[in-house]
Amino acid sequence: MTLLSTRSLSKHFDGLSAVSNLDFDLPKGQVRALIGPNGAGKTTLVSMICGRLAPSSGKVIFEGRDITHLPAHKRVCLGIAYTFQITSVFPRLTARENVALAARRHLPKAKVQPAVEDALKRVGLQDRIDEDAGNLSYGHQRLLETAMGFVQQPRLLILDEPTQGLADNEIDNFKALINDLRKTTTILLIEHNMSVVMELADRVTVLNFGETLAEGTPQEIHENATVQAAYLGTG
Amino acid sequence: MTNGQRIIGLHLGLLVVLFALQFLLPAYHHGNMARIMVLASYAIGYNILFGYTGLLSLGHALFFAAGMYGLSLTIQHAGFTPAPALLAGVIAGIMVSAGLAFLALRTTGVAFMIVTLMFAQAGYLTILYFAEYTRGDEGFVIQAGQRLLWGIDLSDPTNRYFAAFTLFALCLLASLALVRSPFGRTLVAIRENEERVTMLGYNTFAHKLAAMVISGTLSAAAGATYGLLFGYAGASFASVQYSIFPLLWVLLGGAGTVLGPFIGTLFMFYLIDLSSGITTAYMLIAGVTLVLLTLFAPQGLIGELRRRVWRWLP
Ligand SMILES: Nc1ncnc2c1ncn2[C@@H]1O[C@H](COP(=O)(O)OP(=O)(O)O)[C@@H](O)[C@H]1O
Ligand SMILES: [Mg+2]
Repeated sequence: MTLLSTRSLSKHFDGLSAVSNLDFDLPKGQVRALIGPNGAGKTTLVSMICGRLAPSSGKVIFEGRDITHLPAHKRVCLGIAYTFQITSVFPRLTARENVALAARRHLPKAKVQPAVEDALKRVGLQDRIDEDAGNLSYGHQRLLETAMGFVQQPRLLILDEPTQGLADNEIDNFKALINDLRKTTTILLIEHNMSVVMELADRVTVLNFGETLAEGTPQEIHENATVQAAYLGTG
Repeated sequence: MTNGQRIIGLHLGLLVVLFALQFLLPAYHHGNMARIMVLASYAIGYNILFGYTGLLSLGHALFFAAGMYGLSLTIQHAGFTPAPALLAGVIAGIMVSAGLAFLALRTTGVAFMIVTLMFAQAGYLTILYFAEYTRGDEGFVIQAGQRLLWGIDLSDPTNRYFAAFTLFALCLLASLALVRSPFGRTLVAIRENEERVTMLGYNTFAHKLAAMVISGTLSAAAGATYGLLFGYAGASFASVQYSIFPLLWVLLGGAGTVLGPFIGTLFMFYLIDLSSGITTAYMLIAGVTLVLLTLFAPQGLIGELRRRVWRWLP
């Protein structure tokens, strides 16, 4: 069953076409990696899916329903959780309060604190729980973002470069976390770290200049010559 | 002691002190204190929107005046007694703040400041325009005989102090409960990063609307009470000066702290009072003190206290 689709989805910024005529389908239960060089349009695409950006044209369909014109907060209430590429935690609030804000919307009062503590434990931040988020290292703020995403128990979890700035052991921990979450959640993962993509993704979509360049299993994508070419010269 | 107990203890402690002061203060300060408590209630209302939600309004005099004229015009021209007149003032505040919120919340930042300022000016001019009823700048006196609330004479200093105290206690406790509730926490999060709050599934427009109505309602309650206790309504209370005052009080006391509005109002009141006793250039002394404070306590008095000593202060 398809959880999310886009049809002819486009976004232009002035002259620039960041995403063009994109048809994208994500079946329920899948972990899908979205990769592509910088500026390929990955963040723009997921921003239109979650409602941060209005598309120039095209449609977004979630669970069979056209949500193109639904405001962002209502999409989140339908179960689309988004974590920001540019870390966007609340720096002057504690890690606990950051996650509690994400949890409170859908959980009864008594269940909020246990859920918050559990989420922070799963990303390895249990010792930093009462620290102001702004005092956490960049990597820890990324993990906090991730916790704010999955604590919402979304149907679709969109993670925009969650492993940027993480240490190796934190990346291993992150992989274990996703392997746990995939049992219950469909995940759309924008990722640059190839080992993360190869190990976690069921399928991979490669975006380049706002269009789908290739789609397939991690193995197929790894061996695909066009994809290799697109990445050449991007450092 | 848990932080929750500390918070309750501190705020109830302040109320106990203020209650007791009415038996201790000499007449002059007794009268000042009643006035300060009413104005501090106005500042508490202002702080909900500015300090906790992060929206800088330059039009709160409109809400203060809505309360004041809602009360005084119904007493003067419709023969209301104080209780229904107070209610009329509060309802006027709810309606005016909801109306302005709907229009002004489509904007943010400087545009929000300008829109609120312009509507408040329009309100001020409206009061002048209907001088036949409002007597414009000159205003009108509400006679002592019209200020009997359930038989209590509010022109009597002791009763007046107690009435001001009651309003202040209600506003302080309401503000404390609000900022500790999930709704209040969401407001703080909106102040810190509105887009992030939207992306957590909250309707931030509805939250800001509610915050502005609560803020306007408390301001109107203070305005109505001011008119009732001090027996006068005049257009100067709707002027831009009365929109700037609560901003200053809150900044001085500490924006986004529950006690800040009271401390800021108290401080400013006595700063002007004392310096005008020393020299005719009292605005100079007041100005220098304010500059020093913004240099050395940029988060306001209570804000600094929270930053340096009592991190648990709400
Ligand atoms: N708000 C914006 N205004 C103008 N151009 C933008 C904006 N956001 C993204 N772009 C441009 O759109 C293209 C795609 O950006 P983005 O989606 O962030 O790429 P990616 O996430 O794949 O690195 C880039 O060329 C970027 O400069
Ligand atoms: Mg990106």
